Amino acid sequence: MGLLKNLFGRSDPPNANLDNLFAVPSAAITLQASAGFTPTGVGAVCYRQAEGGAFAEAQTDIQQLLDADGGPKVERTVDDFGFTWLVCRADPSEISALVTDVHAVNSSLENAGFGASLLCSLIAFRSDEGKTFGLVYLYKQGTFYPFAPVKGDKRDNALELQVRGALGDDLTIEPELGRWMGLWGAPGL
Amino acid sequence: MARSRFRSDPGLTIRMSTVVLLLGALYVAVMAGLVVAGVGTVAVLVIAVAFGLGQWFFSDKLAMAAMRARVVTPEQAPELHGMVERLCTLANMPKPQVAIAENDMPNAFATGRSPRHSVIAVTTGLLRRLDREELEGVLSHELSHVAHRDVTVMTVAGFLGVAAGLVMRWGLYFGGGSRRQDNGVPVWLLVWLGSIVVYFISFLLTRVLSRYRELCADRAGAYLTGKPSALASALTKISGDIARIPTRDLRESEPFNAFMFAPAFNGKSISALFATHPPVEQRLAQLAKISADLSRPAA
Repeated sequence: MGLLKNLFGRSDPPNANLDNLFAVPSAAITLQASAGFTPTGVGAVCYRQAEGGAFAEAQTDIQQLLDADGGPKVERTVDDFGFTWLVCRADPSEISALVTDVHAVNSSLENAGFGASLLCSLIAFRSDEGKTFGLVYLYKQGTFYPFAPVKGDKRDNALELQVRGALGDDLTIEPELGRWMGLWGAPGL
Repeated sequence: MARSRFRSDPGLTIRMSTVVLLLGALYVAVMAGLVVAGVGTVAVLVIAVAFGLGQWFFSDKLAMAAMRARVVTPEQAPELHGMVERLCTLANMPKPQVAIAENDMPNAFATGRSPRHSVIAVTTGLLRRLDREELEGVLSHELSHVAHRDVTVMTVAGFLGVAAGLVMRWGLYFGGGSRRQDNGVPVWLLVWLGSIVVYFISFLLTRVLSRYRELCADRAGAYLTGKPSALASALTKISGDIARIPTRDLRESEPFNAFMFAPAFNGKSISALFATHPPVEQRLAQLAKISADLSRPAA
């Protein structure tokens, strides 16, 4: 009830939609066939770290969980806006494993009660000519969009629109361009 | 499915509902009174509605002009825009316009009739004094006002006060020429006195409502950033500079309070009754509670 929510000054944080991520592996195949982009094997989850011990504990648990499989270690960085990125790495040919890792981060945070803190996740792609872009998943919308940064905090809109055209059938692309948030300095790009 | 850590405050909701109900009851009583008195009902209503609509519709431009704020593009203020953009994505709401006011008083406000027509503005004084996390706390507080549609809520709530204020003014200037009843007591005098009482009560109730909306915005903002302490720190920082913090939203309609306020009203309890914002201690206490909630281990 939106009206009642407004009247009582309540806005429940929107819940994250985690499942659409599993459409990424098939989209990656389409992307390779139609545009020549392959995954770089880097995936990252961006979230807002809440203060207090509960969040720190959940975060440590996630890192231990992901590091337990003996693969490359999970990295944690904080960007200029104070958002935390957990960077997962996998072999570029095993994008399903990467998506599973990213999903593990999401579901662990949600189980700890911090699902509302998830901002987005990003899977990096690269072409043979060295162009890169990140396929960004917006949790709250449940939609994807491509983000292709170029030098000087600009973005390659042509490439982004090309990817949108290529992936339109595989993924739900965010229809509102205003929500295609810039993520300069995101890990893996 | 795990529970979200977001907790609503039922007590706050109940208190706020009570105020809204009281305002509604007052409104009905006034309508009945006006019909019985048979004085200027239609005219008063038309003017009051026009006033309310105008204020609601032009609230963003009025507030922007009053604060001398100008809208900035992402190129002019990339950091501020980036911050707002991320918070909006996190809250899943459309991104409002961003404005900066050249003013050394640390302050911020949100305005606009709907989330899609909103502006959130900060002063240069605020940008200068707060660090990144504190600024983010203030922005999330303002974004919560936008999400809660506080401009609309307060305009509707203040509607009666505006109407009563108009009647009061008419009674003062033009009342002498009105018709009289047979028993000698002029109707305009009764209506005028009634309006004063109504105006006074509705004024108090709107202020109470405004304070509850501020607490709600603090609450939602703190949950959005996950850092209630950063918002608390911003509050304490700003409260050193101005007493009413950190947001004066220009949402309340107070066209006649200069006329109404007698200088005799003074003292702490009275000023608390009239304040649009709750005392800092109360806001800090709420934020401390949220901080404790966030730190509790997962069940």
